[in-house]
Amino acid sequence: MDPQTVATLTQQFFNALTFGGIYALIALGYTMVYGIIELINFAHGDVFMVGAFVSMSVIVGMGFTGAINDPVTLLFVLVVAFGVTMPLMGLLGVGIERFAYRPLRNAPRLAPLITAIGVSFILQNVIQIIYGPSPKSTPQIIPFTARFELFGASIAWISVFIFAVTVILTLGLSLFVARSRLGRAMRSTAQDREAAQLMGVNINTTIALTFFLGSALAGAAGVVYGMSIGTISFALGFSAGLKAFTAAVLGGIGNLTGAVLGGFLIGFLEVAAAQLGYASWSEAITFGVLVLVLVFRPSGLLGQPLGERA
Amino acid sequence: MSAQAAPLNGGRISRGGVRGPIGAFTSRHRSITIILGMALVTALLPLIVTLPPLSGFSAQTVWIDSFSKAGIFVLLALGLNVVVGMAGLLDLGYAAFFAIGAYTYAYGASTFTDLHVPFWILLPIGAVVAAVFGILLGAPTLRLRGDYLAIVTLGFGEIVPIVFKNASTWTNGTNGIAGIDRPLVPGMDCMPAAGQALCFGGTAPVPYYVVMAVLITLVLIVLYRLQDSRLGRSWQAIREDELAAASNGVNTVTTKLLAFALGASTAGLAGVFGASKLVFVSPDQFLFQVSFTVLAMVVLGGLGNMWGVALGAFIIYMIQNVFLKQLNNFFDGFHVPILSDIDFLQYQFLLYGVALVGMMLLRPEGLFPSRRRAAELHTSADLAGSDTEGPDPLGPEGRGDEA
Repeated sequence: MDPQTVATLTQQFFNALTFGGIYALIALGYTMVYGIIELINFAHGDVFMVGAFVSMSVIVGMGFTGAINDPVTLLFVLVVAFGVTMPLMGLLGVGIERFAYRPLRNAPRLAPLITAIGVSFILQNVIQIIYGPSPKSTPQIIPFTARFELFGASIAWISVFIFAVTVILTLGLSLFVARSRLGRAMRSTAQDREAAQLMGVNINTTIALTFFLGSALAGAAGVVYGMSIGTISFALGFSAGLKAFTAAVLGGIGNLTGAVLGGFLIGFLEVAAAQLGYASWSEAITFGVLVLVLVFRPSGLLGQPLGERA
Repeated sequence: MSAQAAPLNGGRISRGGVRGPIGAFTSRHRSITIILGMALVTALLPLIVTLPPLSGFSAQTVWIDSFSKAGIFVLLALGLNVVVGMAGLLDLGYAAFFAIGAYTYAYGASTFTDLHVPFWILLPIGAVVAAVFGILLGAPTLRLRGDYLAIVTLGFGEIVPIVFKNASTWTNGTNGIAGIDRPLVPGMDCMPAAGQALCFGGTAPVPYYVVMAVLITLVLIVLYRLQDSRLGRSWQAIREDELAAASNGVNTVTTKLLAFALGASTAGLAGVFGASKLVFVSPDQFLFQVSFTVLAMVVLGGLGNMWGVALGAFIIYMIQNVFLKQLNNFFDGFHVPILSDIDFLQYQFLLYGVALVGMMLLRPEGLFPSRRRAAELHTSADLAGSDTEGPDPLGPEGRGDEA
């Protein structure tokens, strides 16, 4: 291969890692919530969007509007941005669950789906009213000039950073779910809610915790999205949500590893489409993938086969 | 109505008993009743708006014009009600079928393709094309669980405008297709601005209004008769419990596909009418907001109750497009300090969101719950006395019947 092609491929590989990481973080929330209460949380993409706005406000509120070149200050701002946004979004998720989904837990499936759509629109419009309808530019505090050379391509450190954030948060989540007492409660609730309750698991707390974790991860995705893309709008959550959901289904809904794998696959697919000149079709392509997966392998790449009305 | 239908039509019989001869007539001649009722409504609406409080808002022709636009949403809501309300399938991309109907008309009758097929021929064609797309989308996905259908239709609703926007060679992209023909009355020589009573044009809203009234009447008759048919009862069975319906011999996939196709074709009708009225189609007219508005209308009107849904759609459209706009003009005119800066239309989707959540939590049967719903939700004993609605069915048992 000639050097130019290698450089382009390397460049696009890291672009795909960036998008894939963001989709993976959002997809984790979809997959966790679906795994535990079998609800497609349509508002989840909008939680991500709110996270991006909150993170922007936090960073701008601290007085930073551009690249921060001092490493210590940068680290501090990053810690504050994640430290504020993630718990806030977690609480938002818990609030949504408490008021919009929990009262309908025993209702037919249509009811919580409709409230989910309603919550999604409430979030979008509240943000639109607060921040205005036009896209906002966010401070890209990790300098884009911080780059390194690889195979002739110039790679911004931020794409490595996003990948690292995704890996760390995913590993942390997997460890939490696999090892901790609360994680075990989550798994048992997902398996059989009533049996878990009989074993002394507090169902409400466990489900709230699931929403907290999933929404906090979406908040983290919002933070990194604002930093890497640089513009955010109130309508952001819709298409990101659709792609992340596709990622979750592709990987096998309910499966954490699958969600991350699916997120990166969708990221690569999107970047490949853009490289081939079909950037404006990326949503159509994602949707096509979603339909194909649902038709030919509804359980996803890593998922267990789902029983009818499982 | 014969006695052996009592278990299914208990509500209607009690109505006949309560209301006497009129009730007996309406339950015997359902189609005639709908035709008479719609004729009455169609005749009265233009008269009501000449009365003082409403005549102050806008002129009669403007009112009639907005009535026919509201009719588009009534059609859409009726169609979506078949899918969501009757069959219990959540379709979040319903505007896509509306778009397909509109573009079908735009292709068949505009300067863009230089085909000039008459409106009356394209009306059924638009419905059929939309239904075909409904089947194409439904066939692979209706076998899956309901929530997957929701996300697939959501995606479909998002993709269709994108395709119309991006495939610009065939669709003229963002600019849309202009120069669409208006309907012509056979045998009438209608040139633009001819001003004849039977000519379709921007200044003469009555022909569109009448056509819309006829369309709604036809759809109402078809849907009303379907409700009690074998198919209508199968939809209901699937909505209540798909597994039980399947084990009782209902072919769930075909039945759901029929609901999907019928809903899509109603949207196709609305699309053809809308395109012929606006004489212009563009991808922006069919964004997710349209699907969402129609869903809010269906939920607020009362899932599964076609009368409530039609009324809900009409009222919501009028509030949104006549009242809120007038409210803005009103405050602008008086220079009320804070209120004139608020764009009330901006809050419309926030209100829809709040309304959807609130309705699902507090009153899942909608503002105008159906009598049949009441029959499903309550025992026959407490139904006998209640003509309109029983106590609020808030228990989990009650909700179990709602979707």
